[in-house]
Amino acid sequence: MSNQGLYLYPVWLRIWHGVNALGIILLIFTGISMQYGNIDYPLLPFKVSVMIHNISGIVVSIGYVVFAIANHFSNNAKQYVPNYKGFGQRIMKQTTYYVFGYFKGEPKPFPITKDNKFNPLQRLSYITVMYIFVPLIVFTGVGLLYPELIFSKIFNMGGVQFIAVLHAIAGFFISLFLIIHLYVASIGKHPLKNYSSIITGYHSTEDH
Amino acid sequence: MLLFSTVNIMAQDEGNPLSENSQVCARCHGNKYYTFHNEVTGTEVRKRMNPYLLIDTVKYTQATHSFFSCDDCHSPDYAVYPHASNLKLDPKPSCIDCHGGDESFAKYQFDDIDVEVQNSVHKIAHGEQFKCEMCHDLHSYRLVARNENSKIKDIVVQDNQMCLSCHNNLTKYQILTDNQKPEILATHDWLPNQELHFLNVRCIECHTPITDTLMVSHKILPKEQAVHLCSDCHSTNSILRSKLYKYTVMESRTDQGYYNSVILNEAYVIGANRNKYLNILSLAIFGLTLLGISIHTITRIINKK
Ligand code: HEC
Ligand code: HEC
Ligand code: HEC
Ligand code: HEC
Ligand code: HEC
Ligand code: HEC
Ligand code: HEC
Ligand code: HEM
Repeated sequence: MSNQGLYLYPVWLRIWHGVNALGIILLIFTGISMQYGNIDYPLLPFKVSVMIHNISGIVVSIGYVVFAIANHFSNNAKQYVPNYKGFGQRIMKQTTYYVFGYFKGEPKPFPITKDNKFNPLQRLSYITVMYIFVPLIVFTGVGLLYPELIFSKIFNMGGVQFIAVLHAIAGFFISLFLIIHLYVASIGKHPLKNYSSIITGYHSTEDH
Repeated sequence: MLLFSTVNIMAQDEGNPLSENSQVCARCHGNKYYTFHNEVTGTEVRKRMNPYLLIDTVKYTQATHSFFSCDDCHSPDYAVYPHASNLKLDPKPSCIDCHGGDESFAKYQFDDIDVEVQNSVHKIAHGEQFKCEMCHDLHSYRLVARNENSKIKDIVVQDNQMCLSCHNNLTKYQILTDNQKPEILATHDWLPNQELHFLNVRCIECHTPITDTLMVSHKILPKEQAVHLCSDCHSTNSILRSKLYKYTVMESRTDQGYYNSVILNEAYVIGANRNKYLNILSLAIFGLTLLGISIHTITRIINKK
């Protein structure tokens, strides 16, 4: 089996990823439907959106706790440790690669290894999403589900209002992340290669 | 149940102290116990006041009609106790008796309201039995909604209390009918976050039609015609703009985009609040991202050939 490539994504990670991806896609769709709903053109009936959004929200929140714990106690944790030395340079290098080098067929500046599976841009975006925006959206989401937990006033603004705006902003950045994430995952020998990795767990070595 | 307990509406600066004449009545009607001199036995008697005849004097002094003495509306003969039995037959003045056709109250449109009440489910079912006072208790009613200083939540509490004083009170309900009283909490269990809703929207939001000519529609519709669609409120063209938030919406500037001050400060209605600037910013960022991705994709395709 091992000649198939690097085994990068353990089972728990793949299961979490699948559940999380499905949940987040439902959340984004129903969230947009509620926020931009219009009586004449509802994307989905409001009630249905609320129900799906609540259920997926709870699933993704539990998933997040599982992820945080599993990630903390497994080998995977080291992938999420930021390395500040030469940070700007490495980010530039990877960006230059995506914009120019990749088209010229240059080798990848940060080849994937078992110890270092993310390139600098991936690490930056995964850390920001998994340790800033997802927790933010989970906490604000719980607050909106149980409004009695929220302070009634923050900065002269309704507490619910304040939390809701944070929730929407976090949702926005996660949606943005998802689009870029999906696109960047398609960059490889074949556009679908990486997608199969996150399902099988194996990353083919001559790729990405 | 907390929800349905009477919440004391914030004390208001206006209002009038009890007049001397009123204090005579309040000595008995303002207390749980009253005493009187029994002339036959020659003794002082202390008895319980019938709770339905109890007047809350604190609320009375804050009410819109607090400048009246009791005997302006009730016969002065009530000052004597035991009250003469024929006083029971005295007609009591109705809102329309005092306000109907009066120019100085034109902005409240009493006569139009009267017509709407005539067409509401209550009048249709119970005719003369159902009076304005069933909702507007003259001894406590305050004009909350029109008051600029009122908070939305205070308006909601007072107005819902009008309905719940009966729909959540079997004794009052049964003055009108022996029919089974529907349990409000059970008949509205389709509404999620019910408690939150009942503290933030009024019953009349869902149970009356939208009207442009009146501040408050009084035409309670049959239950089949009540608002059932969440998006009637949870959308940009929310009905709340022409109902509960009418008072503030009329005052606030119209150029505030999606936001208006009411919604911003007092309630968050998913779908009805949107921030214009955040919207533009987010569209711009999404646009740039998609543009970047498209350019990259096109270059990839060209490169492949
Ligand atoms: C000594 C105590 C006492 C005083 C003073 C008093 N009431 Fe009463 N009132 C009662 C009681 C007790 C009842 C209950 C019926 C009864 O016992 O006659 C009552 C009944 C009433 C009723 C209802 C009568 C009905 O038809 O059911 C009204 C209206 C009323 N009072 C008005 C007044 C007004 C107005 C005043 C002041 C001008 C006043 N009362 C002064 C004790 C008092
Ligand atoms: C603006 C007019 C007005 C004033 C002022 C007023 N009342 Fe009344 N009151 C009414 C009306 C109208 C009713 C009948 C309500 C109904 O039928 O539901 C009533 C009913 C009552 C009742 C109950 C009688 C019944 O048949 O149920 C009592 C007791 C009472 N009033 C006492 C008082 C006392 C005491 C004061 C002064 C502190 C007072 N009222 C001031 C208009 C007034
Ligand atoms: C006995 C006569 C009388 C009765 C009965 C009466 N009102 Fe009034 N009402 C008045 C007077 C007088 C004013 C005071 C107007 C002012 O403050 O200039 C007033 C004021 C009001 C106001 C506020 C007006 C303002 O500009 O502050 C409202 C609203 C109102 N009444 C509603 C009602 C309703 C509803 C009823 C019936 C449940 C009712 N009234 C019964 C005489 C009456
Ligand atoms: C089923 C309950 C109910 C009945 C019956 C009812 N009202 Fe009202 N009324 C309300 C509610 C709720 C409001 C809004 C609360 C407020 O203004 O504080 C209101 C408000 C009003 C206002 C103030 C409107 C404004 O422009 O600010 C007037 C005046 C009024 N009612 C008169 C009447 C008259 C007259 C009758 C009888 C013909 C009547 N109401 C019967 C519930 C009722
Ligand atoms: C969000 C909208 C909404 C609000 C707010 C609301 N209702 Fe309703 N109400 C409805 C709808 C829709 C129905 C019809 C339900 C059905 O038939 O299943 C209904 C039914 C009713 C019924 C008839 C019940 C029966 O089974 O006969 C009563 C009475 C009633 N509502 C009173 C109230 C009162 C009182 C309040 C305020 C505390 C209130 N409603 C608030 C939407 C609402
Ligand atoms: C004094 C008591 C009383 C008050 C106050 C009252 N109601 Fe009712 N209501 C009733 C009774 C009794 C019925 C049953 C009518 C019947 O017999 O069909 C009823 C019926 C209804 C219905 C159901 C109509 C249907 O189609 O079955 C609705 C909706 C309703 N009320 C809403 C309200 C709202 C909203 C308010 C406040 C603005 C209110 N009620 C205030 C007594 C009251
Ligand atoms: C009459 C208008 C109205 C209708 C109809 C209505 N809502 Fe609401 N809803 C509100 C308001 C106002 C709030 C905001 C309460 C606040 O200020 O926190 C709210 C809050 C909510 C919340 C809570 C959001 C939070 O902050 O936690 C949910 C969930 C919700 N509504 C779902 C629904 C669903 C589902 C329906 C349809 C079955 C519905 N609503 C129908 C007016 C309405
Ligand atoms: C349908 C939606 C999604 C698809 C198809 C998808 C696909 C992938 C792929 C192919 C990888 C492998 C990365 C690589 O090799 O470059 C990956 C990794 C990852 N994805 Fe997603 N993804 C989706 C949604 C999400 C969402 C919504 C999140 C988080 C909010 C997320 C977070 C991650 C993380 C953190 C990793 C790194 C896993 C690790 O720790 O090794 N993904 N995803």
